[in-house]
Amino acid sequence: MIGISGEAGNFEVEVLRHPRYVDMEKCIACGTCAEKCPKKVDDPYNENLVKRKAAYVDYAQAVPLKFAIDKENCIYFQKGKCRACEKFCPTNAINFDEKEETLFLRVGSVILAPGFDAFDPARFDAYKYATHPNVVTSMEFERILSPSGPTMGHLVRPSDHTEPKKIAWLQCVGSRDMNRCGHGYCSSVCCMYAVKEAVIAKEHAGDDLECSVFFMDMRTYGKDFERYYNTAREKHGVRFTRSRVHTIDPIKGSDDLLLSFATEEGVITEERFDLVVLSVGMEIPPEVSELAQRLGIKRDESGFCHTDTFYPVTTTRQGIYVCGAFQGPKDIPQSVTEASAASCAASVDLSSARGTETLSVEIPEERDVSNEPPKIGVFVCNCGTNIGGIVDVPAVAEYASTLPFVAHVDQNLFTCSQDTQDRMRDVIKEAGLNRVVVAACSPMTHEPLFQETLLACGLNKQLFEMANIRNQNSWVHSSDPAAATDKAKDLIRMAVARAALLKPLMAKRIPVNKRALVVGGGVAGMTAALGLGDQGFDVVLVEKETQLGGFSRELTQTIDGSNIQEHILELIDRVTRNDKIQVLTESLIVGFGGFKGNFTTEVLVGPGMYERKIDHGVVVLATGAREYIPREYLYGEDERVVTQVDLSKRLELKGASDLKDVVMIQCVGSRNDAYPNCSRICCQSAVKNALHIKELNPDANVYILYRDIRTYGLLENYYREARRQGVIFIRFRADAPPSVESSDSGIRVAVKDHVLQRDIQIHADLLALSAGMRPEDTEELSSILKLARNPDGYFMEAHVKLRPVDMAGEGIFVCGTAHSPKLISEAISQAMAAASRAATFLSQSEITLSVVTATVDQERCAACLVCVHSCPYGVPKINRDGVSEIDPALCHGCGICAAECPAKAIQLNCYEDDQVMSKVDALLEGVL
Amino acid sequence: MRLQYPSNIKIVSVPCTGKIDLIYLLKSFEKGADGVYVLGCIEGECRFGTGNLRARKRVTQAQKILDSIGIGGDRVQMYNLSSSEGPRFAEFAAEMTNKIRELGPNPIKRFREKLAA
Repeated sequence: MIGISGEAGNFEVEVLRHPRYVDMEKCIACGTCAEKCPKKVDDPYNENLVKRKAAYVDYAQAVPLKFAIDKENCIYFQKGKCRACEKFCPTNAINFDEKEETLFLRVGSVILAPGFDAFDPARFDAYKYATHPNVVTSMEFERILSPSGPTMGHLVRPSDHTEPKKIAWLQCVGSRDMNRCGHGYCSSVCCMYAVKEAVIAKEHAGDDLECSVFFMDMRTYGKDFERYYNTAREKHGVRFTRSRVHTIDPIKGSDDLLLSFATEEGVITEERFDLVVLSVGMEIPPEVSELAQRLGIKRDESGFCHTDTFYPVTTTRQGIYVCGAFQGPKDIPQSVTEASAASCAASVDLSSARGTETLSVEIPEERDVSNEPPKIGVFVCNCGTNIGGIVDVPAVAEYASTLPFVAHVDQNLFTCSQDTQDRMRDVIKEAGLNRVVVAACSPMTHEPLFQETLLACGLNKQLFEMANIRNQNSWVHSSDPAAATDKAKDLIRMAVARAALLKPLMAKRIPVNKRALVVGGGVAGMTAALGLGDQGFDVVLVEKETQLGGFSRELTQTIDGSNIQEHILELIDRVTRNDKIQVLTESLIVGFGGFKGNFTTEVLVGPGMYERKIDHGVVVLATGAREYIPREYLYGEDERVVTQVDLSKRLELKGASDLKDVVMIQCVGSRNDAYPNCSRICCQSAVKNALHIKELNPDANVYILYRDIRTYGLLENYYREARRQGVIFIRFRADAPPSVESSDSGIRVAVKDHVLQRDIQIHADLLALSAGMRPEDTEELSSILKLARNPDGYFMEAHVKLRPVDMAGEGIFVCGTAHSPKLISEAISQAMAAASRAATFLSQSEITLSVVTATVDQERCAACLVCVHSCPYGVPKINRDGVSEIDPALCHGCGICAAECPAKAIQLNCYEDDQVMSKVDALLEGVL
Repeated sequence: MRLQYPSNIKIVSVPCTGKIDLIYLLKSFEKGADGVYVLGCIEGECRFGTGNLRARKRVTQAQKILDSIGIGGDRVQMYNLSSSEGPRFAEFAAEMTNKIRELGPNPIKRFREKLAA
């Protein structure tokens, strides 16, 4: 993106498109160009641990899966001769004449997701990364562990390819380090990935591998992360040593490395390792900084995009939004969440244009083939030489013509090419085919294309079957062409057998009720409601209390000084004035039914508890959380013992002039046996209040007693500032917590200081407990809505990394602290993300259900309840006729009930028993 | 990756290994298969919760039945892997093939031959 002009809603963006020298329309990703290319170059995807060719694809799962020519390394471009790829490409896709292209795009909004670079530790001489092969970055180690990596997942060290017995991870390389690289921030993700890498390494290598992680603070602050850390330590035996290692020395006469470090007790120690992994952090690449400059958006001193706490994806230029690591260091789930949030913000701006540029395809009416005997067409693909070079395609085609019900056989150079598809269309019509088998590549990539051709001929798209004679045959049996030819025949025989049994299936369409129900009227709930309401969708917001605001009403300001009460008032004002949003306070959900797009919820509204039924298409859960009420450290017994939330309010009301010594204790009600997880926000709450005290009364002493300080990401800057201002941080161990005693003159806190190696006592006039977070009681709600919660009571998302706001049930989304503890800015991002995901659903006027659903033969059903018990989603119900019934709108299509049903009364569409067994029968035909 | 594996492996796809009925496994041997194995997702990572655990139970059940009727329970196996693990897929294919080669052909074939003779 080289330029932008115009303004929000009407930008013109100038994009420079580099040539790939491969025609994407023609490339079939066969890999011949890479195979024939004589030029080997370092493979950046594999961290340069192996070579690739100058004709290449980034990685096997690249999207789009199309090859490219690396101009800088191509022999033809550099020396004027070669063109081997062009000569051998079976589809003439290579085009050396392709030129750079400047595109002008007219857009209404822009979303920036430029990502980050991993820190390059070559600049640290003391770590010998640049000079010693057995000092690797965590990124390199990821590739070494990967099954698709340079060693096929075999864990060996680079110098001599032997299996390491001792591996060390050094944390905070390029993070939390103002001295050596000017990066004050924490990169947020390295602790967790180091723990993961250590666990996976041990899984690969077995128990005799020793894994040691050297760290400053272990920052496993995310949802369920602390549990993972505990398991790594206790079950897998990963060793964690609190120390920042300053030097790595090669050991002469071996490939091993010597680490010198100070233990917690201050003893200088040396230890030998076979391999050292540097846990490198994130940094903003120079080209991203240049992009930001061109766009004229503000960045912070570390180069991250500036955003406001309450508008976490909005840049300083109107109409331009940001997500991912450019906004601040973050992990995958948070990046995915923010991506949806940015799309919500952009969609709000563009909602008036929704659907104005949609094109639709005309599909001819379907031909009824139910009374026709099967007439199968078989199309055998050569895929250039990919299949034809190994498999004897003419012999296979000849064989196919002898199979039952086969009426037509064709062999094609490329079955997927447009001209072959046109021909296939003609053949289907001329020969009156009613089933089609394509023997070619993978249905994963090509089934939809061929099914479109069937649709265009008036055939139901289920009357189609593929035999994968490339990926599952010619590619993997290339050393034995005769065996591959035999197997191709077997696979086609199996496909034809199933094809003969195929039945047309009509995908059921159901209308979508375009109203959303948002449960919970806190910051997350109101933000989600506005995200939907501002896009023009009707919203009903249900809140159990008498007023909106949720737990945030107890809060004063965020760590950067943003006023929370002002923001809540603004949200309440916007929600109540938005004519798309209906607010029901003092309301309780008592009943719930239906399925995606068509839910009905029963609510008791107001003090009169009158019953209301709400029809809606989606649900957004934003039930929130609150502060843990401590039973520890004299809380509730001595009024000088308060929580961080109490302290914030007190500072706001009374100031801090009367405070001389304030002690704070971290991890109260978190990271213990009863509640193993970290509450994420308490370290920054303590730092926030400590800084506030110092601001109000610089002479006051503030002591923070902690286990690990978890000021992740850019919050680290506040931690550094607190230390600079003289806040004293004293670490204690979980097995030796501070003791607290009440006396007339103050609260006596005793703790062992690990730096001084002695017990110390502090006389405090105020003790603030960093009490963790607890979810609101949602036990009843979760049973009414049938929603899964984790052992801590937080709602469980469909996928912890990739679907962070979707619940397992379709049409149901979760956000805010109902999902896990989080900061207000993070709750706002997630609420916008939930609104975006919900809007994606609501923007359709009807949804097409999958045809792969289970159906019950009611004549055979004995109502034994096996299906009811075995369904992972609780879909089968015994109906009024006393037999099982499965709602196709709710069925996920796994087929578990069909396999379990003792009466074989249940069949899964597309995988009916006779269809599955027809393949087995065909395969084993003539064996006995 | 195009890793080579024995060509005697033929794949029948199912939406989830939880869909695999015991009868599929047994019928395959009745029809003369020398070996059958089920490839499921890693335990604990089933998209549908427990499909692969159900499949493992059924494989164990099939093993018992095949043992008791003289075909041999070792001919049916279950393996777990994730979709990114091509090399393991190839390893399992080779391992299973070797196992079946050691066990020899399905005894049903000999029985049928005797009947015919």
